[in-house]
Amino acid sequence: MWDYNKKVMEYFLHPVNAGEIENPDGVGEEGSLACGDMLKLTFKLGKDGRIADVKFKTFGCASAIASSSVMTEMVKGLTLEEASKITNKDIVDKLGGLPEQKMHCSVMGMEALQAAIANYHKSKGKGVQTKKIEGKIVCTCFGVTDKEIEKVITENNLDSVEQVTNYCKAGGGCGSCRGEIQMIIDKIRGKKEKGAETQAKPKKLTNLQKIQLIQRTISEQIRPLLKTDGGDIDLIDIEGSKVIVAFRGMCSKCPTAEFTLKDVVEARLREFVSNDIVVEEQSE
Amino acid sequence: MSKVIYFDNNATTKVADEVFEAMKPFLTDLYGNPSSMHTFGGQVEKYIRHSREAVAQLLGCDSSEIIFTSCGTESDNAAIKGVLAALPEKKKIITTRVEHPAVLATCREMQSLGYTLIELGVDKYGQIDLKELKSQVDENTAIVSIMYANNETGVIFPIDKIAEIVKTKGIVFHTDAVQAVGKIPLNLSKSNIDLLSLSGHKLHAPKGVGVLYIKKGTRISPFLVGGHQEKSRRAGTENVAGIVALGKASELALKTINGENTKVKKLRDKLENEILKTCTGAMLNGDKINRLPNTTNISFEFIEGEAILLLLNQFGICASSGSACTSGSLEPSHVMRAMGVPFTAAHGSIRFSLSRYNTEDEVDFVIEKMPAIVNRLRELSPFVK
Repeated sequence: MWDYNKKVMEYFLHPVNAGEIENPDGVGEEGSLACGDMLKLTFKLGKDGRIADVKFKTFGCASAIASSSVMTEMVKGLTLEEASKITNKDIVDKLGGLPEQKMHCSVMGMEALQAAIANYHKSKGKGVQTKKIEGKIVCTCFGVTDKEIEKVITENNLDSVEQVTNYCKAGGGCGSCRGEIQMIIDKIRGKKEKGAETQAKPKKLTNLQKIQLIQRTISEQIRPLLKTDGGDIDLIDIEGSKVIVAFRGMCSKCPTAEFTLKDVVEARLREFVSNDIVVEEQSE
Repeated sequence: MSKVIYFDNNATTKVADEVFEAMKPFLTDLYGNPSSMHTFGGQVEKYIRHSREAVAQLLGCDSSEIIFTSCGTESDNAAIKGVLAALPEKKKIITTRVEHPAVLATCREMQSLGYTLIELGVDKYGQIDLKELKSQVDENTAIVSIMYANNETGVIFPIDKIAEIVKTKGIVFHTDAVQAVGKIPLNLSKSNIDLLSLSGHKLHAPKGVGVLYIKKGTRISPFLVGGHQEKSRRAGTENVAGIVALGKASELALKTINGENTKVKKLRDKLENEILKTCTGAMLNGDKINRLPNTTNISFEFIEGEAILLLLNQFGICASSGSACTSGSLEPSHVMRAMGVPFTAAHGSIRFSLSRYNTEDEVDFVIEKMPAIVNRLRELSPFVK
């Protein structure tokens, strides 16, 4: 059982600012059902340019609900510039601490707030601003980029992969990106990056060799990765350097399937078969 | 905590009063070592023998086929690793994707040591495809390990049919029956099960005692070596008090097992039907027909399991969840995922597991509290419009 402190339980049992503002000035969403938590934040500005009203709706555990609620309290009355400076650490401090494995709940709060502020600047409350994908996806299971990982490492002074997982979920699914996360930590901590080992690529392939190599790469390199996550992939067709695939099982419902397609399937095929390979998902 | 409504009996159970009374002397006056030459120690041996007979009677087997262990996990490890060690020429293990971690992690550890591991998938009811099993069992297979009943959903596998398929090919069959023993009648003398694991604390004995049933003639190496206890099949000084307790619990289970399928099932069905009827977005997980009489697993769409559990906890109601958040992992239960339960529901799955000690008043109390808990969290959920 989680050791939540009294304050966290209080915000969970009696959340303040729960709900949704009609005609808001800014809307932000972070997380997804697949990931197990999601936060929708809406705010309205007063005439003085400060946040006059702010509300949240959260799908998630006690710490997700408590983090969301306390964050809305913290930003009320702030200018957007002041609000944008709030970090996940501020949220955790305000709550008097969260269990290590629940730190990602506070990060979700911070990211939803930033998304809502971005939405205000861009479209003044119209549409919904979701997290902008900046940088390269490192964790395909939870769709976490290198930029986000760098941010939690610097802001919270993290030095292990496990901590990174606790703070932003990266590495908590299939685990295949843990090496890459370690490299980001090493880079920030000023350690020398290990030279990435590059696989020797065969020079020139016949069409038949290429097809066989693509099949082998999918079944030996890519499929096992997806299977650990309850997903699967089928090779549908190969036209020149265009490879058409279809996702099965969990992958077919995954919100980050698009990144899996590029960052896992295409990247592996380029690495093991040929640099010019383009992967497409079979159209319905 | 004042009032506790314990609906988490698949996690562990209350030690029955009779069981506690039976074990007490072995923690006080009768502390001797059954292996000793003197009467003071040696007299304890006959109580272990009685226990062995009581367990054998519950399982419908011979008492020489019962080995006492420290827990269900040890029994699972001992069964799988013991058979692999005894059959070094065979390199394949078959199991399912919905096993308890005690089996799944053991199998995966062996896979990392070079064994081929086949994890059979399940359909949306949590059942495996027997044809697939049949096609996978081959001469290279050392052991097939498939649970009797699933801990999260209560789904019962057609174990007799499965054991027969495996036996026909001459392969060793193990079943983790930790959730089944004491809840449904078993008769091992008429089955083709070679190895079976059970755990004391799931049937009103205390934690720290388990059993591995080994059918006569099964080739298996000991998991723990050392002394000659359990005919050298499991070394280590006997947990006398625990073993006596398990013997008593087995006697009680034999007497009450019919009530499981009438009284307990009736309570479970009332709880389940009312919750499905009164709670918005509630749906049943698993196989409604082939199921333990005490277990129900219900998903509540768009809300999260840990939050539900904490609100239930406010009323002293104990249950469990397959949600990611309750485990500290980031992914929902592997059982829900294997069954293809959508993410919208997997994170909000709650398991209620009853026992013969639960009452209709308790069921009514939970039925009364659930709709408000669900509605409260739905109001907070961004997915509910």
